[in-house]
Amino acid sequence: MNTQMILSQTDPRPIYVQIMDEISRRVALGDWQPGMRLPSIRELAADLKVSVITVKRAYLELERNGVIVTQQGKGSFVNQEVSVDDVRLQELARYLENAARVAAAMGMSHDELVDALADYTNR
Amino acid sequence: MLAIECSNVHKTYPHFELKDLNLNLAEGTVMGFVGPNGAGKSTTLRIIMGLVHQDAGSVQVLGHDMPAAQRAAKWDIGFVSEDMRLYSHRTLGFHLAFLQQIFPSWDNQYAAELLQRFELNPEQKLKGLSHGQRVKAALLTAFARKPRLLVFDEPTTGLDPVARKLVVDEMMRVMEDENRSILFSSHNTLDVEQISDSITFINQGEIVASQDKETFLDAWRRVRLIVDDAFTMPNCDSIVETQQAGHQVVLTVSDYSDAFAARLSQAGASVADVERLTLEEIFIASVEASRPVQSPIEGEAA
Repeated sequence: MNTQMILSQTDPRPIYVQIMDEISRRVALGDWQPGMRLPSIRELAADLKVSVITVKRAYLELERNGVIVTQQGKGSFVNQEVSVDDVRLQELARYLENAARVAAAMGMSHDELVDALADYTNR
Repeated sequence: MLAIECSNVHKTYPHFELKDLNLNLAEGTVMGFVGPNGAGKSTTLRIIMGLVHQDAGSVQVLGHDMPAAQRAAKWDIGFVSEDMRLYSHRTLGFHLAFLQQIFPSWDNQYAAELLQRFELNPEQKLKGLSHGQRVKAALLTAFARKPRLLVFDEPTTGLDPVARKLVVDEMMRVMEDENRSILFSSHNTLDVEQISDSITFINQGEIVASQDKETFLDAWRRVRLIVDDAFTMPNCDSIVETQQAGHQVVLTVSDYSDAFAARLSQAGASVADVERLTLEEIFIASVEASRPVQSPIEGEAA
């Protein structure tokens, strides 16, 4: 099994988050269609050369987010009811969360942050 | 099902003591065994292999009592350590043929594949091999037997990055089979962090932590605080290191939680950032913290 997934060693995010993001992105792009069977946890671990427990954690979190479903003894599948828009929003949400946190630490108000964001959307 | 179970193992030497060692390796998992030089890693692995006999405590490997049942156990264990003595005047091919005769589980086709992947020449005599080639040859003899348990003492030490990747890749290939397990010691924290399901950390003959990797790495954080002049640090066992420069305080914490962050806020600090640590950083912080008289790490382990 070769999933052509490439993890980054310089990315500060933990490996399980990188795996989650890569799978979410494939679902959002439609490359991994609803109902598609995912590689087993052990297959993906061997393919990415990362520990089984790390892949297991990524799958558990993806399941919690509704991106995949796991059927006992059958494996994991891209959720049939997955909303591609939701998956995209989840990705965006992380950036927005970060921006909100940084802005708060700088003492920026809500309106100032919205204005700052508008600079980028109006480009 | 446990592949390895060590309970309350003791071993005393004139200048070193292994104290109350408890270690469990679940079947189908990889355990990385880390600790500074002289911490007791090799001694522990040798006790597990029955090569060193413990003074007290029980060791079970694949259901066999060690060292009593080591002959039966070793059919299913592949052990590679730094001082593997192979016959220097014989070829690698001689060793492979020899091992094939002994071990019914030997997989000749897999051995041939590994020769190619590891870029080893079976015609070559052992004395002519470089350090890296010798390490790869020793590992090959263990892999090709396809044992249920692999015990490697420093398998990637002294290997170049390409050879290291080959070895790590091969270890992960083993893990496709959920009945097989690996215990390996290493100073290469990157390798350990990448492929281990659990991490056991030993220092000065005592196990400091033995946990699943995700929980272990998650618990350690670097917390950056901005404090005012009146701030006093709340007393807390999980703070391993504190550094202050003016109004900025950087904490290294071994047991981070939201409750801990809340306590800091109550004490008047604002949490500017919470970062994860690499295994390397955790390793160094733990060992350094254990050096002074007062050790928060040892305090927790007791």
